[in-house]
Amino acid sequence: SMAPVVSTKSKKTLSKTGVKNIVLVDGVRTPFLQSGTTYADLMPHDLARTALQGLLNRTGIPKDAVDYIIYGTVIQEVKTSNVAREAALGAGFSDRIPAHTVTMACISSNQAMTTAVGMIAAGQCDAVVAGGVEFMSDVPIRHSRKMRKTMLSLNKAKTLGARLALLGSIRPAHLAPELPAVAEFSTEETMGHSADRLAAAFGVSRREQDEYALRSHSLAKRAQDEGLLSDVVGFKVPGKDIVSKDNGIRPSSMEQMAKLKPAFVKPHGTVTAANSSYLTDGASAVLIMSEEKALALGYKPKAYLRDFVYVSQDPKDQLLLGPSYATPKVLERSGLKLADIDVFEFHEAFAGQILSNLKAMDSDWFAKTYMGRTSKVGSPPLDKFNLWGGSLSLGHPFGATGCRLVTTVAHRLKKEGGQYGLVAACAAGGQGHAMVIEAYPQ
Amino acid sequence: GVATSCGCSVQITRSRRNTLFSGIHTCCTFAWTHVNYEIKGDVAVIRISDPNSKVNTLSLQMQKEMTEVMDEVMGNSAIKSVVLISSKPGCFIAGADINMIQACKSTEEVTRLSQEGQKIFEKIEKSPKPIVAAINGSCLGGGLEFAIACQYRVATKSKKTALGTPEVMLGLLPGAGGTQRLPKMIGLPNAFDMMLTGRNIRADKAKKMGLVHQLVDTLGPGLKSPEERTIEYLEEVAIDCARGIVNKKLALTKEMNMMQKIQDHVMSYSFVQNRIYSTVEKKVLKQTKGLYPAPMKIIECVKAGMEQGPDAGYLAESQNFGKLAMTPESKALVGLYHGQVACKKNRFGVPEKEVKTLAILGAGLIGAGIAQVTVEKSINTILKDITEEALNQGQHQVYKGLNDKTKKKSITSFERDSILSNLTGQLDYSGFEKADMVIEAVFEDLAIKHKVLKEVEAVIPPNCVFASNTAALAIKDIAAASKRPEKVVGMHYFSPVDKMQLLEIITTDKTSKDTTASAVALGLKQGKVVIVVGDGPGFYTTRCLAPMLAEAVRVLQEGVDPKKLDSLTTGFGFPVGAATLADELGIDVAAHMAENLGKAFGSRFGGGNLELLKTMVAKGFKGRKSGKGFYIYQSEPKPKDINPELKEIVESYKMMPNPAVSSDSDVQYRLISRFVNEAVLCLQEGILTNPVEGDIGAVFGLGFPPFLGGPFRFVDNFGADKLVEKMKTFEEVFGNQFTPCQLLLDHAKDPSRKFHN
Repeated sequence: SMAPVVSTKSKKTLSKTGVKNIVLVDGVRTPFLQSGTTYADLMPHDLARTALQGLLNRTGIPKDAVDYIIYGTVIQEVKTSNVAREAALGAGFSDRIPAHTVTMACISSNQAMTTAVGMIAAGQCDAVVAGGVEFMSDVPIRHSRKMRKTMLSLNKAKTLGARLALLGSIRPAHLAPELPAVAEFSTEETMGHSADRLAAAFGVSRREQDEYALRSHSLAKRAQDEGLLSDVVGFKVPGKDIVSKDNGIRPSSMEQMAKLKPAFVKPHGTVTAANSSYLTDGASAVLIMSEEKALALGYKPKAYLRDFVYVSQDPKDQLLLGPSYATPKVLERSGLKLADIDVFEFHEAFAGQILSNLKAMDSDWFAKTYMGRTSKVGSPPLDKFNLWGGSLSLGHPFGATGCRLVTTVAHRLKKEGGQYGLVAACAAGGQGHAMVIEAYPQ
Repeated sequence: GVATSCGCSVQITRSRRNTLFSGIHTCCTFAWTHVNYEIKGDVAVIRISDPNSKVNTLSLQMQKEMTEVMDEVMGNSAIKSVVLISSKPGCFIAGADINMIQACKSTEEVTRLSQEGQKIFEKIEKSPKPIVAAINGSCLGGGLEFAIACQYRVATKSKKTALGTPEVMLGLLPGAGGTQRLPKMIGLPNAFDMMLTGRNIRADKAKKMGLVHQLVDTLGPGLKSPEERTIEYLEEVAIDCARGIVNKKLALTKEMNMMQKIQDHVMSYSFVQNRIYSTVEKKVLKQTKGLYPAPMKIIECVKAGMEQGPDAGYLAESQNFGKLAMTPESKALVGLYHGQVACKKNRFGVPEKEVKTLAILGAGLIGAGIAQVTVEKSINTILKDITEEALNQGQHQVYKGLNDKTKKKSITSFERDSILSNLTGQLDYSGFEKADMVIEAVFEDLAIKHKVLKEVEAVIPPNCVFASNTAALAIKDIAAASKRPEKVVGMHYFSPVDKMQLLEIITTDKTSKDTTASAVALGLKQGKVVIVVGDGPGFYTTRCLAPMLAEAVRVLQEGVDPKKLDSLTTGFGFPVGAATLADELGIDVAAHMAENLGKAFGSRFGGGNLELLKTMVAKGFKGRKSGKGFYIYQSEPKPKDINPELKEIVESYKMMPNPAVSSDSDVQYRLISRFVNEAVLCLQEGILTNPVEGDIGAVFGLGFPPFLGGPFRFVDNFGADKLVEKMKTFEEVFGNQFTPCQLLLDHAKDPSRKFHN
């Protein structure tokens, strides 16, 4: 077996004896676009396919050198429910590479990546592509249950009379469609509403939220202008122009943002369209390998993927607190303290959600009362936090965000000269995830 | 208004009369204990909290302090607006202090009390500084009247938030301006609905009705406890509202959609209003049979205000409030209220072990009903039967009970599923080794009860309680088969279990105190009103019911048809007529009960011919469950016809009525006096511990007319002497079935002896 390649800088490597070193070779994504814009006429697998092709181009990996492909997605297009397979075939990967799709709300592509890590760690695979895709420009709008039942019975009706009788039973109420809602199934509460309550519970003001959202947009704009968002691959959209930039980054002013009315809790709520992430189309992909395999193929990996955790809590009142629970847990697993982390990339569902998590992590009372911990983990310093923008500004294609976070950590570690990065995200269902990423030695 | 939760008792001192804003106080060193305030910028936040009680009531102390605080706030020119909030989680103001009203000796005194309340709230209503009521938890009776006198209302969406005027349930009316303000605020139909039913309105509905202006979400974990932070948040929103009103950014008039505007316009016509009054009056009369005075008085007050103006309206309200408070109906209902509070406490203390796993034997109507009310409280529940068919039916019943709640939106489908996950249906005894209590609800047959008791005792842990759900079998007879009779107790549930409030617990000489405490604790957790009675044939409730049903059979034999019998009993105030009750109970069950108790008590339980019931059973007329009994039951439950084949049966047992004791009123008193005499006898024999439990058991288990307050309150009010006199007349004709018991005779002899003080 191989000795760890990490040359320790100031900090120790997180490599563990008996545990395989698993690396991120590279990561790419399509530009994230507000839904209903340039991607409007595509299908989800088109986006995923583009990300996969981008990864092929970027890494130059042979189309049959990958052992497995995994994709994460949230709202499924029924025709391509295993979107990983459809996209892989369309991207020109060998048809001998199995592919499956996972779903875990906003941490779906995190789940895709950690599934890949698990497969490599278990020795089942050496090279896996993981990714995520979300396409909100077209979502399945279904017939009502009553109508579906009638239509299914119609299929089975043998005689004309029976068919006519079924058709005759259709009432106007049957025709009302069912729209997918960004609401919890268990509580029937929309996520924005829950975020507003969360912000109120932690006493996060409207002003704080607007300031945070403005920061996100400003940082994203700067990163975009400085060309730091190198994970973005251009996309020639059929029948339309080449898209090469995220289109939801809009630094506004506090005055402009203050004019907006609350979007969920009316009239006194604090969560608005401007301080929330918006519906986004986009896809991402990463290439994950065992370190040996990467080196054998001649790659210079970007980062090690180290410990990760999944957490879950009350989907009603703690829906979006996943990062608060996951952060101390993953740090403990890695033997790190918050201060050891150089780069933080947290998923920004809502400004109020991020700020609530920061407050929760900074509260001894919360740590003791709800997390069964003896003390707080501490709040990540903002000068290390989401410095290239976040989901609020770059956009949040639910299933694709996780890969963006991991790739961004790798890129930032390199750019900023850091060694450890931390990814954390919340997800519907009251779940959460965190992962520690270590820079690959230069 | 009156609290439905028990407030602390405050000594009434009639010389003290407080009015709001009676001038600016020079003394600022009040030792306020109930009301306080804090100035936040230009807003005064008045916080209320009764230090001696879990709930806030408008006691004299509370009113006095509120007056003083209001005076100070109104006199401070730096304060532009006011927020009124409770610091108690789960309670804004639960109502007026019920003891304050009970302490009054005359109509005039209560009227004055009402007029003072009216004055206080009038000043609130006319306050030049806007007052925002911030409501979290119960806002009932006087609490609601206080809130609706304020300029603006914000309420939390908490499940505990409930707005209502429950006064009617105590035979009273909203006496501090409620009958005048509510109709104007939410319209006649909604106001009548609230005031005449007394039902609680939840926050979302209150917003739709226009009873509150804004809703505030409840909050989860943050940097403080959810309860504390939710109240703080409510306060923050209310302060913003108060400032908004002052700055004219917040309109006080509600936004109305076209439908509401049209409705309001239509309602403004007097002929439309008159139509509503007459419709409501008719409905009230039909439902109350004219036995409850409060609803008609409420209508009268509303009418007076709408037709003759506020002065006449407020006067009518205070006068009628005074009149109602002195009625026996109100006193009986208030008595029931106190009794209910008493029967919601466990006088046997905290059991050594809490029931975390309950096993139920028998998945029939009762068994499944017990399962439903148990899983709802997150207790692991095993429901066991011997056939898959019976089990399936029982499990379906639990599902349906919960699903109906989902349909009514009182729980979500997710909550339904989560509740159902506490239920395990099975045919064997697996898991019984973890049971803390087993309730058997198998067929009423001693041999079967013995069989299951032995089977169960072979598998349960030593500290597990064995409870028998039976309506008539003596518990000591069931316990005879037990190795540990101290762990055996009776738990008599009433069908349908999820609707009927009463649980009758039966203890034998050998039942241990801890076993009883455990049974009571479970019953209370299941939301029941619990009475604990001694062991004996029919215990308390069945024993009272049996002689009345025997009399009902005799009445039928005398040629009165079931419909007439029903109307005589409902006319007396029973919610369900005697014939319908027998059908609901099951004719076979009634016959079984009559036979058993007849054997135990002899001819005193006679009257009607038992053979009539037996013949019905033989013909398959077992009541509602078999589709035929005294009535025929088709798919539609409402309009039911008399079973045509009944006539022939009755004919063969025909008796000639004696005209001296067969008037409608005589028949009513024949039925009621046998019931009441048996109840008093139960107290005399020690089956009952006290008259309170007797009254509660009769009203909540058997539907004894609530306005009479129960058999004991009835004797007190009607007069034991008068009752004995009636019974003696009947005794001459029918014999010992009407012989008054010794305790009743004692009370008849000495009019100062009362069951209730």
